[in-house]
Amino acid sequence: MTTATTGPAAKAAGAGKAKPATMAQALQRAMRDAMAEDPTVHVMGEDVGTLGGVFRVTDGLAKEFGEDRCTDTPLAEAGILGAAVGMAMYGLRPVVEMQFDAFAYPAFEQLISHVAKMRNRTRGAMPMPLVIRVPYGGGIGGVEHHSDSSEAYYMATPGLHVVTPATVEDAYGLLRAAIASDDPVVFLEPKRLYWSKSDWSPEAPAPVEPIGKAVVRRQGTGATLITYGPSLPVCLEAAEAAQAEGWDLEVVDLRSLVPFDEETVCASVRRTGRAVVVHESTGFAGPGAEIAARVTERCFHHLEAPVLRVAGFDIPYPPPMLERHHLPGVDRILDAVARLQWEAQS
Amino acid sequence: MQQRSSTVQEPPGAVPAYRPTPPPAWQPRTDPAPLLPDAEPLRVLGTDAVADADPALLLRLYAELIRGRRYNAQATALTKQGRLAVYPSTTGQEACEIAAALALEERDWLFPSYRDTLAAVARGLDPVQALTLLRGDWHTGYDPHEHRIAPLCTPLATQLPHAVGLAHAARLKGDDVVALAMVGDGGTSEGDFHEALNFAAVWQAPVVFFVQNNGFAISVPLAKQTAAPSLAHKAVGYGMPGRLVDGNDAVAVHQVLTEAVARARRGGGPTLVEAITYRIDAHTNADDATRYRAAGEVETWRAHDPILILERELTERGLLDEDGKRAAAEAAETMAADLRERMNAEPVLDPMDLFSHVYAEQTAQLREQAAQLRAELDAEGEA
Repeated sequence: MTTATTGPAAKAAGAGKAKPATMAQALQRAMRDAMAEDPTVHVMGEDVGTLGGVFRVTDGLAKEFGEDRCTDTPLAEAGILGAAVGMAMYGLRPVVEMQFDAFAYPAFEQLISHVAKMRNRTRGAMPMPLVIRVPYGGGIGGVEHHSDSSEAYYMATPGLHVVTPATVEDAYGLLRAAIASDDPVVFLEPKRLYWSKSDWSPEAPAPVEPIGKAVVRRQGTGATLITYGPSLPVCLEAAEAAQAEGWDLEVVDLRSLVPFDEETVCASVRRTGRAVVVHESTGFAGPGAEIAARVTERCFHHLEAPVLRVAGFDIPYPPPMLERHHLPGVDRILDAVARLQWEAQS
Repeated sequence: MQQRSSTVQEPPGAVPAYRPTPPPAWQPRTDPAPLLPDAEPLRVLGTDAVADADPALLLRLYAELIRGRRYNAQATALTKQGRLAVYPSTTGQEACEIAAALALEERDWLFPSYRDTLAAVARGLDPVQALTLLRGDWHTGYDPHEHRIAPLCTPLATQLPHAVGLAHAARLKGDDVVALAMVGDGGTSEGDFHEALNFAAVWQAPVVFFVQNNGFAISVPLAKQTAAPSLAHKAVGYGMPGRLVDGNDAVAVHQVLTEAVARARRGGGPTLVEAITYRIDAHTNADDATRYRAAGEVETWRAHDPILILERELTERGLLDEDGKRAAAEAAETMAADLRERMNAEPVLDPMDLFSHVYAEQTAQLREQAAQLRAELDAEGEA
């Protein structure tokens, strides 16, 4: 990663030494800018106020905007999201933090029965412009219940958008877009990328693209790796390694799981003729199942090999000392690439 | 304790004796006594207190109760005619439904459960719109902002945190708005009941939680639902007052709710009100109440009917005569006839609506599926 000369941290430190910005800082900046621009934006959750969140993503917001705008709530996820629904009914734009992936589960009833359905059941009279931020995924040595990849549950619920950044720039842009959205957005933050750095500058943030656009992160001709969030850096590393094996891989970062950008994904697969979906979430009925099915339905005559998946095993998330065996790594991705029926070529 | 320990002889150089003191973090908390509900549910009708009641209010309550009873009968009849998929009746509970609606100002918000269509109607909602959910042509048949009535909520108690959030948002904005949220005795066992009351008390949100304890959660009696001294006592644990009221005494319910709303409005925080009432009908038209309760029990409650006890009071005070009764009955009949007529018309359905309000903007996938349904409908039309 490159070193930054500007960034929120650099700005905070004054004109002195510049530091690259982290994803956590870009997320903080996104909320800060949204709160400054729009008085209806309210941040709420467990420990988000005085402490600034357990990952410090809401650092400084309570101090700058007051505790009514950045609120430490009681420790009750259903209550947090349920109260946010009521606040949204009254015209606010709540940005809710769920402290960890697996701690968001108590809020599922509110999410599924109310957040996702409110616009529909009221024929559009009562939209739910709220964001549910969820730190997700493994790779940080977290003990039990701190490393789930819960995206499939959210993807299976009509009415929700499901978004996940993989870069510092996207963390800012996608969170701004999520807060501006008139629909509820489950915003999945890959916690092992919280401290990833880039020379992203808060002074000139990239234009905020609408939610639902995938992006080609690496161009290639031989096969497409379709991925998102925490698996993007792994896929980019795998693509570099594959070069030595003679495979020229394209890497697509979905950025948004719902809506799913079929156009970008299928255009890539039609070019390369081969595809592997890579994610940490379990494979069975995981996001890759939907993606592989769609790609097969739409690109069948362009495919040289079945669409493969490299996913977490179909097991409860393992204890930290064993998680490296579970998480898709470069070798497992390259093994899958090797199985893409290259012998049929030439 | 401290006096005794101070007399202990300690040998020189020994470790001082342990003197029990409160843990460092401990401090005296709110005195629970003022939060406790009264020993008996508040009654006004049949007591001296009724002399203070405004005759206009008594007559208004009477007219609304008569209309409410007729509404319940009409809606139940509509299930038998196949015009409603299901109807959870509030026959016997009309005093609670009406009082909840009348206790609120126009700018306030009502958060009803699926059983509370009558409260919504008493607040001014068109009964046809109130019954849309139960007819099944859409989920919410009205714009919640129009009368400030949240969508009728089926998953128990899940609307309570919404009421808290809305009231909190209004307060942050400086608006003088109170939310009243309705729930049944069964709903008090749900986690969302607990979380909503806790949030409301911590935030001092202007909310009134109104529990209609009608004795049964479908078939399960209250004794299997809670071991609390009363449902109103649960308030104390959250640091808010609990009030107990006779749910069939319309004047008493109106008084308690009006006081709780006023308290919330002036910044006094939330209140939990438990009204003791009874579900005269089964849970819904699809339920058979004879499987879990004795007919005699129902009869004791019929003798304590909300219309009966108010009518007695009005008649004794010379506020109501046969002409007055007839006028109230006729007004109710007009409402019922209009409701019947409009519910007998086939609702206009547009299957393409299925895709209209999933997102602000349809996703590519939904556009594709909508096109598929369109083609199916066109093919049906040609057949």
